[in-house]
Amino acid sequence: MKKAYAPGLGTATALAAVLALTGPALGDPDDDALVINGETEIITEAPAPEHMEYIDTIYSGWRFRTDETQALELDDFDNPAMLAVDAAIDMFGTVEGAAGESCASCHDDPESFAGLAAHMPKVDEDGKLVVMEDLINECRTDRMQADEWKWNSLDMQSMVALIGLQSRGMPVDVAIDGPAAPYWEQGKEMYYTRYGKLELSCANCHEDNWGNMIRADHLSQGQITGFPVYRLKQATLISRHNRFKGCIRDTQAETFKEGSDEFRALELYVASRGNGLSVETPAVRQ
Amino acid sequence: MAEGVKPRVKVPKSVSAGETITIKTLISHQMESGQRKDSDGNVIPRSIINRFVVDFNGENVIDVTLEPAISTNPYFEFEATVPEAGEFHFTWYDDDGSVYETVQEVAVN
Repeated sequence: MKKAYAPGLGTATALAAVLALTGPALGDPDDDALVINGETEIITEAPAPEHMEYIDTIYSGWRFRTDETQALELDDFDNPAMLAVDAAIDMFGTVEGAAGESCASCHDDPESFAGLAAHMPKVDEDGKLVVMEDLINECRTDRMQADEWKWNSLDMQSMVALIGLQSRGMPVDVAIDGPAAPYWEQGKEMYYTRYGKLELSCANCHEDNWGNMIRADHLSQGQITGFPVYRLKQATLISRHNRFKGCIRDTQAETFKEGSDEFRALELYVASRGNGLSVETPAVRQ
Repeated sequence: MAEGVKPRVKVPKSVSAGETITIKTLISHQMESGQRKDSDGNVIPRSIINRFVVDFNGENVIDVTLEPAISTNPYFEFEATVPEAGEFHFTWYDDDGSVYETVQEVAVN
């Protein structure tokens, strides 16, 4: 595994470590606890999974946000993503396509998906790495004989959010061994590869510098447990791959496409860095 | 005709008599301002919720006039004092003449 480190960033990390020893530094995640609707407790802090060498404790991105943004997630009535989830519940029972079937024809109730999102992405029977969007589109084309949904369409991300919501609060437990291992290695390779004119890897920000400010933005550990998230900046649901693309674009690189095999592998690797945190879908971020 | 309009309200199920409670309401609505144009340059006609009324047992609680500058999915949060058990009546009036209504009962313990 090739890993590149810039001496400059190393110094910054060392400095951050010294600051952390002297008490709660400005950049630390806050100490707030996330309990949704006064009943669903969300694990926002957990010991890092064994495969992570450079981080001891993992935190949900929620802990890095302002109190105002955090508050939007405390009550589902205030969470703007729930409008999309409501729409997805209606779509779940709507017949579409030549086969005359809806999601509910096979799956009865969205609740039958409880637990699924905690184990995604996964490798299917054919040995192919699949993410939630793949499962939904496979059902739409093969069983319903309907049109595929576009990756970033609101319909698609609303449905991903509805299925993810059924696992909210459950700890993420993504398999990284066995048939998943080669995909996981590919994702890890990408995570530590410097992209673009700015020569930044995912790790440069989200591993070496989480907690620090990147201009006006408080850097989190880049967890994807809350995706699809309602992003206030775009006022809509944002997919995991859309966020990956945005980050790579910001390094001034030619980026990968949503739904590409590269992003599937990266999604698996990044998801595995959240093993132990709760599924938080649909979260609200800045 | 506005599509996908769905009113939502959040009211505590039971309160003490005379207690002041917080009520949250949201209606999903496009709130088309009437100031935008489509790709052919034609004005997209205004289509908004123009009035929102809440009554409690026939007595008015709030009565709001909404204007075109208000964003999609208008959200209102306000306080009300509940003197007795009864029903909150929520009514939204659409430009197209549609009226959306929802009722929420409150018990006094």
